[in-house]
Amino acid sequence: MALIEIRNLAKAFGTVKAVDGVTLDIGSGEFITLLGPSGSGKTTVLRMIAGFEDPDAGSISLAGEDITHLPPFDRDVNTVFQDYALFPHMTIQENVEYGLRTRKVPKVERAKQALEAIASVKLEHTADRLPHQLSGGQRQRIALARALVLRPRVLLLDEPLGALDRQLREEMQVELKKIQRDAGITFIFVTHDQEEAMRMSDRIVVFNEGRVEQVGTPQDVYNKPATRFVAGFLGAANIVSGEDAKKVFGKSKTVSIRPERMRLQPSNSKISSDESSVSAVVQEAAFVGANTVYIVETEFGLRLNVSKTNTELLGQDKSFAAGDRVLVVWHNSQAAEIPA
Amino acid sequence: MTQVVAKKQSKPISSYLLRRTKVRLLSIITLPMTWIVGVYIVSLFLLLITAFWNVDPFTSLVSPGFNLENFKMVLTVPAYIATSIRTLLIALSVTAICIFFAIPLGIYMAKIAKPWVRNLLAVAITLPLWAGYLVKIIAMRLVFTEEGFFNWAMAPFGIRGPGFSIPIVILTLTYLWFPYMALPVYTAIRQIPPNLFDASSDMGAKGFTTIYRVVFPLITPAVIAGSVFTFSLSLGDYLAARFTGGATQMIGSIIAQNINLNPPVAAAYSMIPIFFIVIYLMVARRTGSLERM
Repeated sequence: MALIEIRNLAKAFGTVKAVDGVTLDIGSGEFITLLGPSGSGKTTVLRMIAGFEDPDAGSISLAGEDITHLPPFDRDVNTVFQDYALFPHMTIQENVEYGLRTRKVPKVERAKQALEAIASVKLEHTADRLPHQLSGGQRQRIALARALVLRPRVLLLDEPLGALDRQLREEMQVELKKIQRDAGITFIFVTHDQEEAMRMSDRIVVFNEGRVEQVGTPQDVYNKPATRFVAGFLGAANIVSGEDAKKVFGKSKTVSIRPERMRLQPSNSKISSDESSVSAVVQEAAFVGANTVYIVETEFGLRLNVSKTNTELLGQDKSFAAGDRVLVVWHNSQAAEIPA
Repeated sequence: MTQVVAKKQSKPISSYLLRRTKVRLLSIITLPMTWIVGVYIVSLFLLLITAFWNVDPFTSLVSPGFNLENFKMVLTVPAYIATSIRTLLIALSVTAICIFFAIPLGIYMAKIAKPWVRNLLAVAITLPLWAGYLVKIIAMRLVFTEEGFFNWAMAPFGIRGPGFSIPIVILTLTYLWFPYMALPVYTAIRQIPPNLFDASSDMGAKGFTTIYRVVFPLITPAVIAGSVFTFSLSLGDYLAARFTGGATQMIGSIIAQNINLNPPVAAAYSMIPIFFIVIYLMVARRTGSLERM
């Protein structure tokens, strides 16, 4: 049985349907990411699991118990907020003790637990400081400690890394994943950053316009996108449909193929039997460091992006230039049909 | 083709001031300093001096001198002491009542009310400020007079108002100064990030715990800022007592009575509210709230 079962959840704000019939099972100890553009309903789903928003319809259960309309203080889940939501008038230790205090944990015991939690995020020396005296990354970790000290069954994280700079963000991604594995707590993580989602998650739930587009492992959603939206949202994709799909892939369905799964060859070269190709002319070649990104156009006017990893020895670059006639080649298994 | 060329104009005054920082500073603060020192401090100082002068009991003429008789009188005569204490208690009551109503109202306006209700309430709170001070006192007088609105409206329930007395003075002063408490409190509550309420409840706190542990500490500076107004304005008021207090005397009433007969006593007595306010500000300062005002 899944730890959290969400059934047909719906929520509207005025006339806007923020969440429109979401059904989802989340397993115990899982790191699951709700991924989608802003306004796709992912944060609203998280807030309904936390109890900050009351669903219009549908149900949420935690470990078999219906929690759909319970207030936040009666749920065994805790939240790490986007802007940390530390209490500005309390010291770091008082912040971390807050939840223990409302649970009437005796003073000595709660101080001990709070200090342990602060130590677990390596910020012992800040216990007596006020939140505004800490950096963004430090505050982020205190917010995490404050939620984890309560040992919830489920930890909800609402874009917790959004305000951090790139390097700190990547450090925290590793650290969060480690904390999750060590503590064995279910993490429900909200982000709009697809790379972050793929890096950390056991499973990704892709949201769009209040609905779930696809649920699956990072490999699933990247390699076998269920919808056109998923194909376009996670990484770059060439999405080919209609007449073009027939001409290129011989299929009447929409097909998605990643730029890095195709390569360019000289126009008169050979390909192996399990590969397919289409001839085209290079329109543009852009060197972007690790990769070179080509934009090519077929005879019938279809534009494709092809990305090549720059692995040649220096000075031996066999790259193509604008105007070159080329063959765009791909392995047949790389062309993913989009069911919807 | 014509072309507009922006000419660089010379600005001698600006360039001069840019280099001479002292002249610049002087030109900025001269006017306010003239006001504060020349008008404010000097007149207070003159008042203080007057408190040491004498009045000839026969001619009622004021003559300069130095004696502490006036101070001795306001600090020892029971009527004066009683009035000082009464005034202090009235001012404290007004402040307490203002706080008591302003906090729930502020929470409701800032966090619960729909935008149109919030705007309506904001107008309703500030509306009395548009009417004249005396007009409002007279309005209260009309409400609580013998044949007034209150007694008329409450007659079916067999309730009669207390008549012009201390409670009505407190009520009138509360009515007069409530906006000065309600607005800063409401603004402070509005500035509390909504996430803090979510976070508090997420960590197991119910509504009252959140108000007590999160809202109160965060709005204390605003409450103290508001109370400086409600307390000092109440302390110095005398028209409310005069029109709605019946026989109630406040410090202001006694000063007003003495201002022509015995200016030195009036001056000495006016040191009492100044003294109270200084004490009040020192207490407020100790809480550390004034720095955040």
